[in-house]
Amino acid sequence: MFDGLTSRFDDIFERLKRRGALNESDVDEAMREVRVALLEADVALPVVKEFIEKVTEAAVGAEVLRSVTPGQMVVKIVHDRLVDMLGPEEAGLDLAVQPPAALLMVGLQGSGKTTTCAKIASRLIDRERKKVLLAALDVARPAAAQQLATLGEQVGTRVVQPVLGEQPVGIAKRAMDVGRREGFDVVILDTAGRLAIDDELMAEAAAIRDQVMPVETLLVADALSGQDAVTTARTFNERVGLTGIVLTRVDGDSRGGAALSMRSVTGCPIKLMGVGEKLDELETFQADRIAGRILGMGDVVGLVEKAQETVDTEKAEKVAKRALKGQFTLEDLGDQLAQVRKMGDLQGIMGMLPGVGKMKKQMDAANVDDKTIAHQHAIIQSMTPKERSNPKLLNAKRRKRIAAGSGTSVQEVNRLLKQYQQMAGMMKKMGKMGKKGLAGGLPPGALPPGMMPPPGFK
Amino acid sequence: MTEEDTGQKPGWLNRLTSGLRRTSSALNQSLGELFSGARKLDRATLDELEELLIATDIGVSTAAQLTRTLAEGRFDQEITGDEVRAALAAQIAEILSPVAEPLAINPSHRPHTVLVCGVNGSGKTTTVGKLAQLYRDQGLSVMLAAADTFRAAAVEQLRIWGERTGAPVVARETGADAAGLVFDAIEEARRQNADLLLIDTAGRLQNKTELMDELKKVIRVAKKLDETAPQSTLLVLDATVGQNAHSQVETFRDMVDVTGLVVTKLDGSAKAGVVVALAERFGLPVHAIGVGEQADDLRPFDATSFARALVDLGPEEAG
Repeated sequence: MFDGLTSRFDDIFERLKRRGALNESDVDEAMREVRVALLEADVALPVVKEFIEKVTEAAVGAEVLRSVTPGQMVVKIVHDRLVDMLGPEEAGLDLAVQPPAALLMVGLQGSGKTTTCAKIASRLIDRERKKVLLAALDVARPAAAQQLATLGEQVGTRVVQPVLGEQPVGIAKRAMDVGRREGFDVVILDTAGRLAIDDELMAEAAAIRDQVMPVETLLVADALSGQDAVTTARTFNERVGLTGIVLTRVDGDSRGGAALSMRSVTGCPIKLMGVGEKLDELETFQADRIAGRILGMGDVVGLVEKAQETVDTEKAEKVAKRALKGQFTLEDLGDQLAQVRKMGDLQGIMGMLPGVGKMKKQMDAANVDDKTIAHQHAIIQSMTPKERSNPKLLNAKRRKRIAAGSGTSVQEVNRLLKQYQQMAGMMKKMGKMGKKGLAGGLPPGALPPGMMPPPGFK
Repeated sequence: MTEEDTGQKPGWLNRLTSGLRRTSSALNQSLGELFSGARKLDRATLDELEELLIATDIGVSTAAQLTRTLAEGRFDQEITGDEVRAALAAQIAEILSPVAEPLAINPSHRPHTVLVCGVNGSGKTTTVGKLAQLYRDQGLSVMLAAADTFRAAAVEQLRIWGERTGAPVVARETGADAAGLVFDAIEEARRQNADLLLIDTAGRLQNKTELMDELKKVIRVAKKLDETAPQSTLLVLDATVGQNAHSQVETFRDMVDVTGLVVTKLDGSAKAGVVVALAERFGLPVHAIGVGEQADDLRPFDATSFARALVDLGPEEAG
């Protein structure tokens, strides 16, 4: 279900690649698949239709027909349109007003407003040296104000708290007064979560807006959202008026199609995205990253960043160099496996890679999962350094000992050694071919330095 | 399957439907437009119906399957909007009825331990509060464990729910080890002879390996005191979630043996149609639905009501 998008696109475009030219029926067929793929990525139906129309228009035409590889051309058109619709230019927060600039944060319950408030405060303090005041306007959810107070302490800024019985509009007014009086640059107002269909609370949000005249009114929305994201975004935009969207939980494994829906129905730029639970894990929205994810082309940037965080680059480069010379040892393989494990869930990593829908299926078929990797790592760790550098030493007796030591079987040890030999052979070949890219189908540079496909890959 | 709820408080069905009614208004409007009077059930009509179902987050394949079944024996015949809705509701109810199963508490465990987990912001703490109210009302002694030791003020939030519902809360300071806290909570629940222990855990995205490992550890530690604990593991799903619900259910089920689902925030405009697809694919019981922020805004999940509300039909007439 989840990798449907990736493999579907792979299938479509593989089919297209085999043809010399594109005609209307090719495009129509591809677009039917694109439609399903986008719907499965949670892009809302009306937005899907609009998108398909635009892409079809662009795809059926001389530009494509004349191109040498029509499949690639369509991929590019689909991707470009998607980036286009998501908003190609990075949009920062607009704070150019007479201070204090009010930021009004709105959204559904549980979308991540309070955390996002603290993250934005932290970002403005650290990067732009702003003096930021937080204000807790959520008097509905138990301990919401306390949550903001705690977060305010963590980012080292002041928080205006509701006093007993005080209403949100009153708190907002008081916060702006404090902001003006004490020379704050920015006042971030954290409102209570509300349903788009709750007239009373929507009116309250509008009243707060009229009180503080915010320079930015940001909708905080969950990247995991489904079809209803359009209703939410449209209603908030109509009732409160939005200037931008903050997409949260982008670190999850959803395809994030809701981003496209919301951007499309409101016309508001997606300004920031939350990529983790820590307060510094807020990034400027990058359309091409999300476009790649929606299309199943993989979040390469995310992967590279993740790899940089966890992979010992120097070591990895050394290994890569040696590998290309044909000196890939079991020791190196062990390091590789350790690094793959360190990067976390294998399925998650594979999900970030472009064009791995197929490979993932092969992996599932070959039963390459996190456990396999852990076992293989254990096998290598159960060898002596001598054995690792010279696998020829591994006779039956030694293999038996290794199997016992790693809690695996001799068969598993044999399988690993066979895979190692294949890999070593393959890398030697690749070394001769020059750096033409790994694993055949992957574009060069798709894998960060030092990341080799785990054993079992073809 | 429909009349098992006669023991409930009068009027709850209407309240459920009024909550759900709003969720399906989009579908209703379009269905109304689609079927002003009778219409031929041809390819174009079926395509439109399929799209209306997709808009409820039911998923592409389930929508296709439902419309295919609808067309069987009716294709190219004249059909009214009400007939279409009733037929769809019946199909959906059939899929959902095997999973409509209340959470059964066995107080002889003393305590029956319920672990509540889910992604961030899905409504775990509120659900724990509502469950506490529900079982307190049934006369059970309920205890709460604040095992969300990560999010700022999560402990305070649960404490307030404890006060509201009269359930004692076992908590430690933010940043404490969740597994250790659960160990203490089970011991404390035993000491106080509690019937039910509800454990609120920190929100975690299912693709975060370390956080899922932490949850596994909580369970491992609970099992040290009671081999059968936790007797129930609930996954809380937000009604606004789209197709990622599949990934959530699959991963949480594989990692921590989820025994049932609770769907929250059904009082909004989100349709939670994905629940139908989840029922088909995983067959996990759906124990309850959340329809508001108050302590008593938790309702049993009823297949027929949910299905009828999804296609905007009122509650079934008696009989």
